Amino acid sequence: MAHSYTPGLKVLKNTKILKERRLPLKGSVSASIGSEVKPDEIIARTDLPGNVQMVNVANLLNVDASDVKQVMLMDIGSKIDKNDLLAETKGLFGFFKSNVKSPVAGTVESISDVTGQVVIREAPLPVEIDAYIQGSVDEIIENEGVVIKSKGAFIQGIFGVGGESRGKIKVLASSRDSELTAEMITSDHEGMILVGGNFISLDAYKKALACNVAGVVVGGFNYYDLEEVLGYTLGVAITGSEDLVTSLVVTEGYGKIQMGQQTYDLLSESNGRLASINGATQIRAGVIRPEIIIPISDASKNGNENKTEKITGMTDGSTVRVIRSPNFGKIGIVKELPAELRKMESETMVRVAIIDIDGKQFEIPRSNLEVVEID
Amino acid sequence: MKLRSILATDCGSTTTKAILIEYVDGEYRLTYRGEAPTTVEAPFEDVTRGVLNAAMEVEELSGRKILDDDSIITPQKGDSGVDIYISTSSAGGGLQMMVAGVVKSMSGESAERAALGAGSIVMDVLASNDGRKPHEKITRIRQLRPDMILLSGGVDGGTTKHVVELAEILAAANPQPRLGQDYKLPVIYAGNNKATSDIEKTLSDLTDLDVTENIRPVLEKENLKPSRDKIHDLFMEHVMQQAPGYKKLMSWTDAPIMPTPGAVGALIEMVAKKENISVVGVDIGGATTDIFSVFQEQFNRTVSANLGMSYSICNVLAEASLSNVLRWVPFDIDEKELTNRIGNKMIRPTTVPQSLEELVIEQAIAREALRLSFVQHKAFAVNLKGVQKERTISDAFEQSDSGQSLVDMMELDLIVGSGGVLSHAPRREQSAKMLIDSFLPEGITSLAVDSIFMMPQLGVMANIDKKSIAEEARVAALEVFEKDCLIRLGTCVAPVGSMSKSEVPLKINLEFKNGEKKSIDLQSGELIRVEVGYEEVKAELIPAKGINVGAGKGEKIDTIIFGGQVGLIFDGRGRPLDVGSDPNERISNLKKWASALNEYPELKE
Repeated sequence: MAHSYTPGLKVLKNTKILKERRLPLKGSVSASIGSEVKPDEIIARTDLPGNVQMVNVANLLNVDASDVKQVMLMDIGSKIDKNDLLAETKGLFGFFKSNVKSPVAGTVESISDVTGQVVIREAPLPVEIDAYIQGSVDEIIENEGVVIKSKGAFIQGIFGVGGESRGKIKVLASSRDSELTAEMITSDHEGMILVGGNFISLDAYKKALACNVAGVVVGGFNYYDLEEVLGYTLGVAITGSEDLVTSLVVTEGYGKIQMGQQTYDLLSESNGRLASINGATQIRAGVIRPEIIIPISDASKNGNENKTEKITGMTDGSTVRVIRSPNFGKIGIVKELPAELRKMESETMVRVAIIDIDGKQFEIPRSNLEVVEID
Repeated sequence: MKLRSILATDCGSTTTKAILIEYVDGEYRLTYRGEAPTTVEAPFEDVTRGVLNAAMEVEELSGRKILDDDSIITPQKGDSGVDIYISTSSAGGGLQMMVAGVVKSMSGESAERAALGAGSIVMDVLASNDGRKPHEKITRIRQLRPDMILLSGGVDGGTTKHVVELAEILAAANPQPRLGQDYKLPVIYAGNNKATSDIEKTLSDLTDLDVTENIRPVLEKENLKPSRDKIHDLFMEHVMQQAPGYKKLMSWTDAPIMPTPGAVGALIEMVAKKENISVVGVDIGGATTDIFSVFQEQFNRTVSANLGMSYSICNVLAEASLSNVLRWVPFDIDEKELTNRIGNKMIRPTTVPQSLEELVIEQAIAREALRLSFVQHKAFAVNLKGVQKERTISDAFEQSDSGQSLVDMMELDLIVGSGGVLSHAPRREQSAKMLIDSFLPEGITSLAVDSIFMMPQLGVMANIDKKSIAEEARVAALEVFEKDCLIRLGTCVAPVGSMSKSEVPLKINLEFKNGEKKSIDLQSGELIRVEVGYEEVKAELIPAKGINVGAGKGEKIDTIIFGGQVGLIFDGRGRPLDVGSDPNERISNLKKWASALNEYPELKE
């Protein structure tokens, strides 16, 4: 039987965290197995092939493509600087020569005698990957990267913008259903990860950007304000490559929605601790959710690591979150899972769950519920 | 040879669907179906797991033994197993291609048509004259990482320079395939045959180059079939081989695995040919909307990659604009709240509308997604033929956007809708109305929905190459399509012309099978439904002066039309459809039309 419930977002207090850190192309890995790493430490690097410039020497010198090799001053493989002579005609008795200079510094990669094109490849672009989280190297992926192991809290958001960042957690909202306002954010928060309650307005987020805040974690944000943040209308939820100082992680959804109790409590307990945050989201097959990782430093390791990482389905007694209106954002307990299809107000026939929210019972489609994964 | 039983699966990105077709009482019928989550991704990473789970569900429901340990029993032995097993696939994002041609509106367009017809998503069309500088093209190729590239350009024996230049750009970009790092990217060359050796010299070391017949051997001839076949072959040989578990799956099937949309297209093409009709088929999914059409015996397919009902729902909003979505909503709603709701559907794509208000909003968005996809389709389905076409030189220069669209709404005979929002709408009236509002059919048009989206499986069945079973599988596919796949909604009769000028734009006289007669005067702006099942109804349609219902302005029609689960719908709202710019007028119109069709009976006044 196909399951229709949505696997929940993880809110784990003390779990084993494995992070794969992989280069886009093969390169060299500098970390060794077992070594302790800090978030900013470079663990692998490589060179991306440089950009390519094509110069049509045949056209520029007005010669046949088949004659291009004869006018070339540089062979395939030779290094060339910007404005160096690339090709030159013999001219008439040594006069009236025409020439082509290289538009960029690089290496001559190919010379075509069919089209007269010369390909010059610029210097490679170095790419480095850091550890992103504090932990130890668990595995080396040969020439590609490492897997870093850490222990600590792991919180997934539903949607985010901005890439990887890190900073100390600072809880600013007094409760999970209060707003994170612009007045609360000051330049003292530079480099920190701020935790709000149910909402952050566009103005407040802009203030966070201006104050160089590393990240913001809140319950909700307005969808229509994203356009100003991103510079375009977000059509499909694929983010992470934006150049934003402040990564934003929304834990519940669009609008003003109080942050989940577990999420807020866990972040509050972690106040002042160093965390890594990533707003990158991809809602497609192979989903990527934004995350906050708060490693436990050696000193505070308490040994009661929760190993139950098994993903269980929705059962009687499961804690669930309603993820679509009505009752959006509310948390309830599953009381009953009737097998037969039930008719909704919309007349859609669906499998439902009877859930208890604050002492009242509601019949809600199972696909509109999310199991809250807590430890 | 009669086939006793056929098992067919469709491995989608999220769900694998299995259907069992059996030969019972002298006909082929769909008997059981099952589904299970697709298992391409971690932790399973083996597509056959999902296939077996879906087949197991069929096994449980039917009581027929289909599986033996971890494999499907073929052919049928006694009462267990099935005679043939076939499958389609769109898992892992389907087949993503990049195409290149020398002239964007000529070989570029032909290459795009070949790729789309084969069922792929075209990520970009590179052309010598597309206005981008070589380094921009190179950057683009590198960013996109397609599964396959189709390179074309030049007529046979013509100048080779431009197409070789494109090959050099490809070589400089040295594109890497999307899946797997250990194989070379498949590139199909279907251009000027004189350039073949230069192309081979440029690309054969860097890519897995395959050469096939020129897509445009001469200027006035388009030859897409060899490229389409080659794309299917390479899809099997390379792309599918990289996807987890497909090697095993391929060894099970009795026919090559087809990309899902390619199979749907093949079926629609066949139905149109058999019935000699014009057809529009649409599949609206979570991320994309596919439109297939056959007009004047020419097949076309387009994929609107970012128009869908969940993953790309916000893009529908962005492209259509909020006001266009709102024009289908028969109540007032705060605009900011509406955008947040739509945003939340994007980030929680599997949720379903629980309240009626939410359902109405989703169906409003569906109308816009369908409308926009159809606009794109009309612009692409221009006067060119899918397989091969002889044209004069003068035609050959008119094949870009300026080419006449093949889509003629008056000529259209049948619209088939599929995809969750259409197939699973709580009321069939809602599906019919969505199809009418977004496609705006003119004259007489039949409406149908695919009950459980089995067109992909039927498409592969209809295209089995193996001689011993090909014909019978085709027969089975068509029989099941007619009897079990299509749900006939009814017929829409929509007169066009200056509706407001006539008091009664259309007079209708109907005679039902039981001899009962009915006359209707269709007023301008009115929508009338006549409830009658899927049976013949004699219709006399008398349009007023200046009004056309299919035979020309003011020309009367005597014909047979069919009812269905919704019945006959007479649409006097005119074309294009104006819902009213004033909010009160709009809401009143929408409510009036909804009530005529009993679309949302529970909607509070």
